[in-house]
This record gives sequence, C-alpha cells and structure tokens, in this order.
Amino acid sequence: MQVDVDTPPPVEEQQLRFDRMIADEVRIEPRDWMPEGYRRTLIRQIAQHAHSEIIGMQPEGNWITRAPSLRRKAILMAKVQDEAGHGLYLYSAAETLGVDREELLDLLHQGKQKYSSIFNYPTLTWADMGAIGWLVDGAAIMNQVPLCRCSYGPYGRAMVRICKEESFHQRQGFEILHTLSHGTPAQKAMAQDAVDRFWWPSLMMFGPPDSASTHSAQSTAWGIKRFGNDELRQRFVDMTVPQADVLGLRIPDPDLRWDEATGHYAFGAIDWDELDRIIRGDGPCNAQRMERRRTAHEEGAWVRDSADAYARKHAAAATTTSDAA
Amino acid sequence: MSTPTTSRPQRPTAPADPLVAYLVGLGDDALILAQRLGEWITRAPQIEEDIALGNIALDLLGQARVLLSHAGEVEGAGRDEDALAYLRDEREFRNVCLVEIPNGDFAVTMARQLVFSAYQYELWTALRNSTEPLLADLAAKAVKEVTYHRDHATQWVLRLGDGTDEGHRRMQAGLDRVWPYVAELFAADDVAAQLPGVAVDPPSLLAPWTAYVEDVVARATLTVPTPTWHSRGGRRGLHTEHLGHLLPEMQHLHRAHPGARW
Repeated sequence: MQVDVDTPPPVEEQQLRFDRMIADEVRIEPRDWMPEGYRRTLIRQIAQHAHSEIIGMQPEGNWITRAPSLRRKAILMAKVQDEAGHGLYLYSAAETLGVDREELLDLLHQGKQKYSSIFNYPTLTWADMGAIGWLVDGAAIMNQVPLCRCSYGPYGRAMVRICKEESFHQRQGFEILHTLSHGTPAQKAMAQDAVDRFWWPSLMMFGPPDSASTHSAQSTAWGIKRFGNDELRQRFVDMTVPQADVLGLRIPDPDLRWDEATGHYAFGAIDWDELDRIIRGDGPCNAQRMERRRTAHEEGAWVRDSADAYARKHAAAATTTSDAA
Repeated sequence: MSTPTTSRPQRPTAPADPLVAYLVGLGDDALILAQRLGEWITRAPQIEEDIALGNIALDLLGQARVLLSHAGEVEGAGRDEDALAYLRDEREFRNVCLVEIPNGDFAVTMARQLVFSAYQYELWTALRNSTEPLLADLAAKAVKEVTYHRDHATQWVLRLGDGTDEGHRRMQAGLDRVWPYVAELFAADDVAAQLPGVAVDPPSLLAPWTAYVEDVVARATLTVPTPTWHSRGGRRGLHTEHLGHLLPEMQHLHRAHPGARW
C-alpha cells in the first residue's frame, strides 16, 4: 500500500481501517493508527499486568532464603527471576504505545496504577509457594491464554512466551503441594492451610462479576478481552476441582458440587466486599508491598544516577575521540 | 533423604578426608554467597539487577549442589547435599568469611562480587586441570559462568566509581568494607596442600587476581584499600558473627521437620 507520510488520511478513514482490521482479526501494530481510547486501555492493562509481575515477586521472594531444600531454593529463585523477566517484556510492550517504564513505575509508586490484589495476601508458610503456583498461576493462565490472541500485536506476542513459563510454574506449584500432601501429617496440614487461604482470593482474580465489570464491553469490542470474567472463573473451577482430588486436598467451599444439569461445578458465593476492601488498599500486605517497591526504587536511585553519569561521560569521551580521529 | 539431626557430631570436626574437606569448602563458599545474593531479589536498584543477581545466585547454587553432593558421596556416610547444607552448625561450615558478610548497599555487594568472582575465575580456570574428574568437569562449566559474574561486577564497579560523586564515595566505601576479607582467599591451606593435582594452591591465584582487580579499581578511579585487620579461619570453621544469623534463617524450616521430604 502506498502511504503518503506527509499528509495522513483523515481520522474517519483511519478509524474505518482500524475497525476493519479488528473485524478481520488482523493484529494492530505500534505504527498503526489507533483510537486514543484503545491506546489508553492497553497502556492501563499492560502496565497493571507488568506491575503485577513485579509486585508478585515479593510474596514468593519471601521464601527464597528459607526454601527447605537446595533443589526447591533453585526452582523458586528461577521462578521469581522469570517473573522479573515477564515484567520487563510487558513494560517493553507498553513502551510501544508511547510511554516509558520510568513513567509507569512512577504511577505505580504513587498508587495511581494498580497491580493484582492477590499479591496483597501474605505468604505465611512454605506451602504457600505451592498454592501460589497451583492456584494463582493457574488462574493467571486462564486469564492470560486468551490474551495471546489480543488484537494488539506486541501484547499478544509477549503473552505467548509468558503463558509457556506460567504453565511450567503451575506444574511446579502442583508438585510442591503433591509432595507436601503425601508427606508427614504436619506437611499435609500445611498444604491444606495454604489452599484454604488462597482458594477464594484466586477466584477473585478473575475480577468482579460481568454485571459489575466496568471495562469489559469496550475491551471485548476491541478484541482485547475475549471471554467474560464469570466464564473464565467457571473454567478455572472446573479445571481445578479434579486436580484437588489428585492432590488429596479439600477445596474450602461447602457449597461446591457437580451440577449434572449445567455440566459445571457449582460453587459458593464470593465475598466481593473482601476484594473491594483490598482494592481500596485495606489488605494485609498492600502497604508492605508498596513500601518494599518504593524503597528498592529510592535506595537504587544513586546507583541508576551513577550509571547514567558514567554512560554520559564515556559517550562524550567516545565522541571527542572520534572527532579527533 | 536427610540424616536426622541427632546423628551430628557433638563437637565440630573437620572432615577426615581432605577431598571431602576441600569440596565442602568450595561448596560452602558458593552456597553462602548464593544465600546472600538471594536476599537482594525484589530489592535491587532496577529490575534488570533483580534478574542478574538472581542469575549469579542460581549459578552459585548450582555449583554448591554439585560440590556438596559429591562431598557427601566421597564421605560415604549417607549425607546428601541437603544434609550438608541444612544440618551442619556454623562451626562445621568451611566457607571463607568474605561470602557471609551482610550485603550492605549495592556498592558493598558489587565490591564483594568483584573480589569473589575474580577469585573464582582464577580458581575454576586452574581446576579445569584437576585430576579429580568431577572438579575438572565442574570447572569447565563454572569458568564460563564466573566469567560473566566477573564482568558484571566489573561493569558496576566502573559505573559507580567513575559516575557521580556519590557513586564514587560509596564504591570506595564498598571496597574498604570488603578488603579485610581478601587475604583469606589466598592464604595457604592445609587441605589443599594434601591434594596435589586435585586442588589448587590458593597463594598461586593471588598474582593473576591482583592484576585483574587492580586494573579495574584503577579504571574506576578508585584506590585499592590497605586494611589494618584481616579475616582468617573460615576454612577451619572460625567465622564472623554474621554466619550465625544467616544459617538459622536458611535452615530452620528443614530442621523443623526432621526426615521430611520436600
């Protein structure tokens, strides 16, 4: 196609072309025209996702120094490192939309952008490393697999790689719980306690019911969101309940039962007040997670400044040398 | 599976077999520094450094696992890597004191890393010719890893030393903090002396280490410290007070469930 770079076509025409690409499931790429709302929605969502990876390092990082075997220590360290890597891919994907990582981190540190509320729960025992892998990463995968087909190219491609690593993490979590639940009585109790604490928060990870979700309709029309929150939550429950049987662990929901009529598991009511409270900042670890992040950033400022000064000094020296040559 | 804690000796004893002692010493160096570097994760100055420090820690942990596992096999008393890592007390650890000192700020950590990675670079380079096949094999792999660790630390010492005034001041303070622990790395060692061809004589590593490190320090516009006191005795189980705080954190969960599998 011939493109006249000096005089872009009128907005109406660009909007039509964008709508056609969305309708035809053609990926939108960074240089394509896009409506401002689409760009803003993606920046918000990708940034929130990146922040979740970075904040999500903390609950698991909490157990690196205490992992009960050297093999588990190595696996956990590698996992937390993967999460940092996911954060970096996602910040890079957001940067293709015309923001930079520093701005996004500032918004996180100022509390103006959010991260997944699940990371505001504490990791109190080693078994929480299993429950996070099995349940939290399991729920994340359920949410993220459809994002591999997101209409925005860089986000979709980042998600392909992230989902592969997440499914590895989920299996590791399952294996931690399986080992514990087949270990000593104390280990099995530790595993059950972790599942008891992480089950309901994991169901909340899919967001409020569709009837109360503010961003869903437009995101679906733009090909960013593919399935409703309730549908994904149901799929997660259907996938997870049989796995709990294999683990020999109980799902802490007295109302959970197989519903022959629907072909799905029916489950009890979710305490949405709890999620609202944590989103408002009143969760057990909100303040702690943000403080750790801000402190790391502030205490690292002199390191980043010195690296910048060194780079400038040596770039200047290189220029002077090449001028002289 | 780990040996129950009750089978530990009442008093700290050096392993009778010098090969076991040597493997445990090198393994403990790697294990304890991996533990320290693991403390940085989620606290680093930028996300790339969370990844890099995690990478270095993982490499060191990998080295430690090979060394301790093999030490357990040679010893033949049924101790595996976890029994050695989790069920020994501080007087039984054989690491040099350098690796156990607290992380301090990023400059202290990078100073320690430059010193240690440059030391490990010379060590593993020499051990590629060890007559002990396991050590030679591990050395071939480890030398590649520590080449990267040494380069990473070098780049940071340069950026901090030759960047801002604050960076320079802190980097010099970092070198000053770490240098008392340098001489111990190169002290003559009875265990190594009993293993000709297998082990490396630590004093032989000093000259190439000094050439490399002093060049980096000079390029970073910093000064090589001349400490008044020196650590000694880590290889004999005589440690700083810091190790007694690091070990309980690392070991408590494993010890709380004797005989459990994880």
